[in-house]
Amino acid sequence: MNWLPVALLAVPLAGAVLLAVPVGSTTRERWFPRYGLAVSGVALALSAALAAAFDHDDPARMQFVTNLPWIPGLGLRFHLGVDGVSLPLVLLTALLTFLCFAYLCRGRPAGSGRAPAPGHPATPPPGSPSTPSPGDSPGAASGRPSEPVGGGRPRALVFTLLVLEVGMIGTFLALDLLLFFVFFEVVLIPMYFVIAVWGGHRRRAAATKFILYTLLGSVVLLLGLLLIWAQTGTLDMTALARAHGTGMSRAAQILAFLAVGAGLAVKTPMWPLHTWLPDAHTEAPTVGSVLLAGVLLKMGTYGFARIAVPMLPGGATVLAPWLGAFAVIGIIYGSLACLAQRDLKRMIAYSSIGHMGFVLLGFAALTPAGFNGALFGNIAHGLITALLFFVVGSIKERYGTAEIPSLGGGMLARLPRLGSVLTFAAVASLGLPGLAGFWGEVLSLLGAFRPAAGLPRSLYLVFMALGGLGTVLTAAYFLSMLSRVTHGRPVETVHAPVLAAVGPADTGGTGDMGHTGGAGNAGSGEGTADAGNAGRGRGYGRRGIRDVAPHELVAWVPLMALILLLGLWPKALLDVTGPVARSLLGAP
Amino acid sequence: MTTAAVLAILLPFAAAAAGLLGSRFPKGLRGGAADAAANRRAAWIAIVPTAVSTLLTIWLAYSIRTGQAAGGGDWLSRFTGSAGTARVATASVAVDTGSVPISIGLLVDGLAATIAVLVTVVALAVQVYSVGYLRDDRRYPSYSAFISLFTSAMLLVVYAADLLVLYVGWEVMGLCSYLLIGHWWEDRANSRAAVKAFLVTRIGDVGFLFGVFVLGTAAGGFRIADVLAKLPELPPGTILAAALLLLAGVAGKSAQVPLYTWLPDAMAGPTPISALIHAATMVAAGIFVVARLYPVFLASGPALDVLAVMAALGMLGAALAALAQDDLKRVLAYSTISQLAYMAGALAVGSRDAAVFHLITHGAFKALLFLCAGAVIHAVGSNLMSAMGGLRRGLPVTFAAMTIGFAALAGLPPASGFFSKDEVLAAVERSLSAGHLAAPVALLLYGCALATVAVTGAYATRAWLRTFFGERAPSGLPGTAVPEPGPSAALESAPPAAVHEAPPVMRWPIIVLAVPALLLGLPGVLHIHWGTAVLSVALALLGAGAVHTVWRSDPRRDPARLLGPLRRPCERAFSVDALYRAVFVRPTLLLAYVVARADGRVVDGAVRGSGRTVTGLAGLVRRAQNGNAQLYVTGLLAGVLLLAVGAVMLG
Repeated sequence: MNWLPVALLAVPLAGAVLLAVPVGSTTRERWFPRYGLAVSGVALALSAALAAAFDHDDPARMQFVTNLPWIPGLGLRFHLGVDGVSLPLVLLTALLTFLCFAYLCRGRPAGSGRAPAPGHPATPPPGSPSTPSPGDSPGAASGRPSEPVGGGRPRALVFTLLVLEVGMIGTFLALDLLLFFVFFEVVLIPMYFVIAVWGGHRRRAAATKFILYTLLGSVVLLLGLLLIWAQTGTLDMTALARAHGTGMSRAAQILAFLAVGAGLAVKTPMWPLHTWLPDAHTEAPTVGSVLLAGVLLKMGTYGFARIAVPMLPGGATVLAPWLGAFAVIGIIYGSLACLAQRDLKRMIAYSSIGHMGFVLLGFAALTPAGFNGALFGNIAHGLITALLFFVVGSIKERYGTAEIPSLGGGMLARLPRLGSVLTFAAVASLGLPGLAGFWGEVLSLLGAFRPAAGLPRSLYLVFMALGGLGTVLTAAYFLSMLSRVTHGRPVETVHAPVLAAVGPADTGGTGDMGHTGGAGNAGSGEGTADAGNAGRGRGYGRRGIRDVAPHELVAWVPLMALILLLGLWPKALLDVTGPVARSLLGAP
Repeated sequence: MTTAAVLAILLPFAAAAAGLLGSRFPKGLRGGAADAAANRRAAWIAIVPTAVSTLLTIWLAYSIRTGQAAGGGDWLSRFTGSAGTARVATASVAVDTGSVPISIGLLVDGLAATIAVLVTVVALAVQVYSVGYLRDDRRYPSYSAFISLFTSAMLLVVYAADLLVLYVGWEVMGLCSYLLIGHWWEDRANSRAAVKAFLVTRIGDVGFLFGVFVLGTAAGGFRIADVLAKLPELPPGTILAAALLLLAGVAGKSAQVPLYTWLPDAMAGPTPISALIHAATMVAAGIFVVARLYPVFLASGPALDVLAVMAALGMLGAALAALAQDDLKRVLAYSTISQLAYMAGALAVGSRDAAVFHLITHGAFKALLFLCAGAVIHAVGSNLMSAMGGLRRGLPVTFAAMTIGFAALAGLPPASGFFSKDEVLAAVERSLSAGHLAAPVALLLYGCALATVAVTGAYATRAWLRTFFGERAPSGLPGTAVPEPGPSAALESAPPAAVHEAPPVMRWPIIVLAVPALLLGLPGVLHIHWGTAVLSVALALLGAGAVHTVWRSDPRRDPARLLGPLRRPCERAFSVDALYRAVFVRPTLLLAYVVARADGRVVDGAVRGSGRTVTGLAGLVRRAQNGNAQLYVTGLLAGVLLLAVGAVMLG
């Protein structure tokens, strides 16, 4: 079964390469997302097989190991494997990529009022300023990121997302420091293009900031990794983790932790290295935001779990209080920033800073409980924030804006299903017990309550109290957002961008479009409303803003189910991560 | 029996899921007949599991009681179920957290079984009542599902064997409260009230969670039984810290000083919700948790002093505020705070059984009062007592039931409230001479408790007279009547003559609840503390008499004028809300604004600034590379010169 990790990388890669072959450039565009769906579906199936074949009785052991020499001169080896820390993240990545494609199959890649999407090929918008160029090869797309209209180009988008998937899964599978770094970097380029080509109005600046910021972080990370290599003479991550820092002087460990930690902190992001994140999330298209928040941020925290803390325990003990302090500042700072945001997407971006603060606080405790909290929070944040970005993307698609004042309230009246899903996601994100967000937060706080021996306990108690305050602030901004967006009476004015954005396919005639007739029925796992009938029967939605569509439901229901499952039965995840947390920390 | 306990929790939970997802399944239609059909289906989905759950909890309580019949204890501890050691424990599943394990399991002892009966009976009454109250509400399916979810969460709190599992139920109740207060979210005020309720209680909940951490890590496990068993070995400082932190959560959930401000605003929700959550059950959860972890509090004296002071301030302040409110539901809300403070006071003086006794009778009579208030509001179309009056002729059943409720609230025999309050007062009195409370605290508590008896008599009489006696105001004062948006639009403009009783589906729960509200105290009939009883009845009659006298002089005017200059502060509940807003809310929002601005300018500015600096430096360096050979040679010579000088000086 050792071929499974290799296959997990090979499938999306082969899928991407096949797309680059300029055959079938005249094929109808709608097939590209479906092709991507199929490829990522195979990857998801493979990762599910991986989880099924995984020996759950011994999650701390590295399983499915592939270890081949690659560049002998550098000592670089193609070394892959899975344990209890990486398995959930691999699953999360495969799932989110798959759901992104499912979302793309009917939706549009771009967030707001721009070019028509592959999902509506049958209705060319009359008078639309530009039509997508169907024959664009990926090379052409990447060569012209300044193309004013970034929408369309489904082939390029699918290609980019598949390459992204290779990089993300590779990062979580790699067991060689340099290989890890290579995958870590591979992710940046496609994400740059996702933001720069398919992003919002200020996408260029956001993409440039994203790439410069994270590349700079990567340089520092690389220096740290090289320092570890120079000191220990090996790049084998399992061996290094087992050694728990033996063979490195204390000073070298501190220096290496500083460099590696700073590099990872940019990615996580940790306050005050977070400023690339709000712009990138806000400008990225929905699928970009979902993958950025759902997976890319996890690569930073995964680095802490896999490299910084276990390999450099000497450095970790010295610098953990600083990590904790920055984490707690991030929690409070992120929550306060959210409280004053006017843009929904930006608010959720800032909320990530707060949530990742809890994850970092868990690591900073250097105890198994804190570690478990961090790993749990990682997965929970991936699920919940992905759902939030999906929902907000759909809101933006319908209203043409994500500005809270412009949305005007009353969403539960106008779009009851969408409003309910938004409420669910927000409540999950604020850490309600019974939903996934709770356990990560609570275990991180528990970790801070009793940090590892050698750490200043009273300082950590302050961290814990501030973290608790952060949970109150988190509830405050999410609930006041819900109050402003979903409650109240719907404003009767139609925003101009709605008409511009939605196009004729969605204004007025939704009820008559063939697919809407079956829409509410096919997807009524929720059973609350049929959008089409709602439009006719009740009077709201008359203007043609339709409620949750089937492709959205397909993308969201798995996330909601998992959030509920992990919240009600945290043992499912804790049993996988717990033993690894102990072994990585060298705890009994 | 373990299956019964699990089922009692899971049935309402399944009902909630089914109600949310399945009420409109599979057609998902809206409007007209489809709404009515969905409401009918949702009503069945909600009521049947709750009814089964009620039977299960009653059976559990019965079998536990028969199991411990041989046990000793006085009548009161037998009544509240705290005597004896019979219990039902499910096998628990341990969840490894990396430090202290969480054990998912249930533990039903006598106390838990008793409270669970209260919860399910009130929940069932409210579910049935709501069918009538929200007959034409499009969102009834989600409403009834949230009540089911609430019932399940409260039962989880009551039955939980583990503190963190208890916390899960504790917070889910908070969410249900939020969702139900905001049921009529078209109105921004309701939405704000819902947010406020969640946030204020969450502040307390954070403290509660930390208290759980302290207890759990000190005892090596979150299981309640383990914690209580390990208690003698723990250092007193740890126990005190845990008790004080837990009290924060209790103050939040049970609406005690200083975190009570959410409860009056929570009356924005539909009246049955006020009956269920904000009077009879959820707010009692705080008291229940103290009772459940009582040894922890008994082992930490200062925490009991704090609880006593909180209770003393809360009972009198809230009673005075209740005396000045014009909104009938707000009167009842403040009276809830005041009555919960009585329970807290009983706990503080060391009489858990008195507190639980009062909790049970209060649950019955307060639910009754709220359901009656709902019937009155349903008939009148306004919450305001200035729009009511003379309703005893139009609403005879409601009048009779509410009279029982008010008598119980004021502590008049033979209603149940008299007996339980008598136990509480007797316990407080005992603490004056012998007890662990500091003497001034005990004195304060006793003084406040007696004063509150008089004020309670006064405000209960005022509400009773203003609602059911005198003449109805012509049509309310224009602009002041704030009808609940819920019941139905047709009722808003009901002329005074058209007042009539609520439909049977609402009337029957009232009648059924009136029975325990009247009779629950009877087990105590042989155990009255005569001295205390005479004193308290005299005080209550004094308060009632004063109000009656003032009212008789001019039935049109509000007897609250009795308060004189105190009236305005009482009406505003001593402006605590405004104080909190100025001290906590505004600065936080200001800080948020500053952070949001600073993030763009300062933090990101520093990043962009460093970028610009690099560009600028690059520009300087570039200027040197201008291809002018003369400049290069000059630079070279200058360098050589500097090196030479340096070599001479240092060499």
